[in-house]
Amino acid sequence: MKNYKPVIGLEVHIETNTKSKMFCSCPQNHFGKKPNTTTCPICLGLPGALPLANSEAIFKTVKLGLALGAKISKFSRFYRKHYFYPDLPKAFQTSQKDEVLCIGGQLLGKEINHIHLEEDAGKLVHETIDGKKFSLVDFNRSGCALIELVTEPVFRNIAEVLVFVKELQLIARYLDISGADMEKGTMRLEGNISVTTDSKIPDYKVELKNINSFRFLEKALTSEIERQIKALEAGEKLIQETRGYDEVKQTTFPQRSKEESQDYRYFPEADLPPIQLGDEMISKLKSEIPELPVEKRIRFKTKYGLSNEYINVLVSDIKRSNYFEDAAKLSSEYRTIASLMINKKMDKQYPEAGGLIKKILELTKISYSDDASVDEAVLVVISKNPDVILSYKNGKGQVIGFLIGQVQKILHGKGDPKFISLKLIEKIKK
Amino acid sequence: MNLPLTIKDTQNALLEKKFKAVELVDSYLDQISKHNKEYNIFLTVTDEVAYSKAKEVDKLLAQFDKKVIENNPLFGVTAAYKDIFLTEGRRTSAGSKVLESYIPPYSATSVLRLEKAGAIPLGKLNCDAWAHGASGENSDFGPTLNPWNKEYVPGGSSSGPAASVASGMSLISLGSDTGGSTRQPANFCNLVGLKPTYGAIPRYGVIAMSSSLDTVGSLAHTVDDIEIMFDVLRGEDGFDAVVKNFNKAEIKTKFKLGIAKEYFIKGLDNEVEKMIDDVRKVYEKAGIEVVEISLPNTKYMVPVYYIIMPAEVSSNLGRFDGIRYGNDRNSFGEEAKRRIMLGSYVLSAGYYDAYYLKAMKVRSKIIEDFDKAFKEVDAIISPVSPTPPFKIGQNTSDPLKMYLEDVYTTSANLAGIPSLTLPSTFSKNKLPIGFQLMGSRFSEHNLFELGKLYHKEINYKPETAI
Repeated sequence: MKNYKPVIGLEVHIETNTKSKMFCSCPQNHFGKKPNTTTCPICLGLPGALPLANSEAIFKTVKLGLALGAKISKFSRFYRKHYFYPDLPKAFQTSQKDEVLCIGGQLLGKEINHIHLEEDAGKLVHETIDGKKFSLVDFNRSGCALIELVTEPVFRNIAEVLVFVKELQLIARYLDISGADMEKGTMRLEGNISVTTDSKIPDYKVELKNINSFRFLEKALTSEIERQIKALEAGEKLIQETRGYDEVKQTTFPQRSKEESQDYRYFPEADLPPIQLGDEMISKLKSEIPELPVEKRIRFKTKYGLSNEYINVLVSDIKRSNYFEDAAKLSSEYRTIASLMINKKMDKQYPEAGGLIKKILELTKISYSDDASVDEAVLVVISKNPDVILSYKNGKGQVIGFLIGQVQKILHGKGDPKFISLKLIEKIKK
Repeated sequence: MNLPLTIKDTQNALLEKKFKAVELVDSYLDQISKHNKEYNIFLTVTDEVAYSKAKEVDKLLAQFDKKVIENNPLFGVTAAYKDIFLTEGRRTSAGSKVLESYIPPYSATSVLRLEKAGAIPLGKLNCDAWAHGASGENSDFGPTLNPWNKEYVPGGSSSGPAASVASGMSLISLGSDTGGSTRQPANFCNLVGLKPTYGAIPRYGVIAMSSSLDTVGSLAHTVDDIEIMFDVLRGEDGFDAVVKNFNKAEIKTKFKLGIAKEYFIKGLDNEVEKMIDDVRKVYEKAGIEVVEISLPNTKYMVPVYYIIMPAEVSSNLGRFDGIRYGNDRNSFGEEAKRRIMLGSYVLSAGYYDAYYLKAMKVRSKIIEDFDKAFKEVDAIISPVSPTPPFKIGQNTSDPLKMYLEDVYTTSANLAGIPSLTLPSTFSKNKLPIGFQLMGSRFSEHNLFELGKLYHKEINYKPETAI
């Protein structure tokens, strides 16, 4: 058997956590809602209805682009993409083409082609009512804001794909643009897969749809790559087609071949003026981007000296990494804190970081340092950090956490944080 | 009852208690029931809504007298809407069998604005199906006849809106104008018609024909009334993204007008040509300079229009797929099918660049032509239709010939500029002919000034045909 290598590109859809849908004021959140209760003439595509673009969704898309180093288009626009399907009430999807919001960029060294913004379709529900089969349409999701990220065909194995989508999910959460939850459908994946024996991109690709969990993604990719290799070994020629993944049979099945592929008859959406973004707006959005996971991992390494395993667990959850940092302000037993959080889930037990620290002190059965050594350590810290003291006096109250940490360092974490805090404030005031 | 033909006269009569609003509605409904069978103008008469609104009008008038009119510019004014304006709970068919039984759950912004300003809605008006046509003959509910002579067409696609006002069945009406659909019928029925700047009046709730060209049109007997309607209808509604708020343009004290030499082409009727010359003389006599200008891309108007418009039509009609709106796609008439096919073709992969994209490029050139012209003149005098009204059936066998009806009107839509049509005279066959004044974007109030001036000069008196 030849040495086959997969070539994979991804299309990732992310439903934004905006308040309203893409082109109307209906609520964006449709999860668990009664069918057809979050709709209006606009998202139902009624005659005469017109779209009005949701700027919050535009800004969130731009933030994702900025976080991934994409070029932000100062001029972009919406297009109409035409096809007939019962869940698409206007018979076209308002999407973007050519003049998209974000061009290029990369994540974990994998090149991104572009990121654009579009609206979601409704949902078909197939049910049997009184013994008769019906296809019902729920338009709650119709018109919801949807970000689409398209990568270049840059993945050469499944592990790379999994790492990429998990990191993208995390970034979406850090940026607060989406819950990016596969199970709730706020993050959905499609893969373009082919296999090759050399470094060239093959002349066909199979589009894999309907993947709604990381587990299925791995399984679907594995089974599709196996299928393609088997076919090529048997001397078959693979065709361009769309396939779905059958979760029960754990195999992919054909949905649509290239010959049946649609002509979407794209043209610019006249009902929506072009999106124009000035430098000022782009800088403003850039300034709102928080520390990203990749930066936080480095900081957790250098500042706290944690193991990669601990870092990954903490960074993959914003709340837990914040909890860790709150605790780390009170005690320099960083590894112990991380260990108790990760191995004993003690952050669940103690909702306040202070509680955890107290517990740590109990567990390590170390009594608090005596008052004299606290006094001494406080004075050392104050004399060593004149800048910090000055900024405290200038009203930056939050630096007290840093100072407590410094005192704890001298006391090897044996100080009572509350007592240190009192002493610090007392001495600084003097 | 001798019905007043202007908003002011109607409101004065109500104030002077010459009649009550309910009696006014009686008279209009009487006129409708007398003639509608013959002329096929109203598709739906909403007499219950009209009477309830009229009672409200009478009540408010008794309570607040003059004040209520000051605050409600269309107080007591009867109005009717082309049947592509959505009216909540009132049938809206677009003149098509597809929507034969469609009752919308919401109303168009323009409908709400007219009614909020005090208008009394009488009903929904016949039109070419989906607003496709220049004669009213494409309505799936039969053609409307011209009240001035029932052997002739009233123009289209706003056939009902023009015929209703011309026949005294309503004082004002709403039409739509995508390529001349308000102006040409206004012109064929001796009315003032306005195609506003694209982006002046919200299109929300008007069944879309061609999204980059569609505008809400107004029809009435006088320029004054059109101005009142325009000021009620214009401005942002929070639904139509292309609409802008704007301040009333400063009225010029000295005007300069232009006539494009490219307008005098083969096919322009002698009587229409002579009327244009007379209009020029009227303005010159009033001390306004009229110069020859050039709009070099005039010859491309119709070809460009008949690529962009069907493309957008094919997209906008896609939603009437037979699943949601009663009747299926077989209910589409010939003209709608023709436009869906044409539009799908010019947007198809491999043809898009050669047709749609190229047409959009020429459209930019057309806009440049007008930008250049409006640096030199304040408004352009133009024929509306190349001929006076034509006979029913005369152009139906040749769609291309019918499309040429649009030669003078499509330019304002392609350029997004306002155009006001004005009744001028009658042909030797006693059929109305008029002209249009086109101005730069948002210059409507200056066009009104020029229109009033013209009508004052020729001593224009509004009249109904029957």
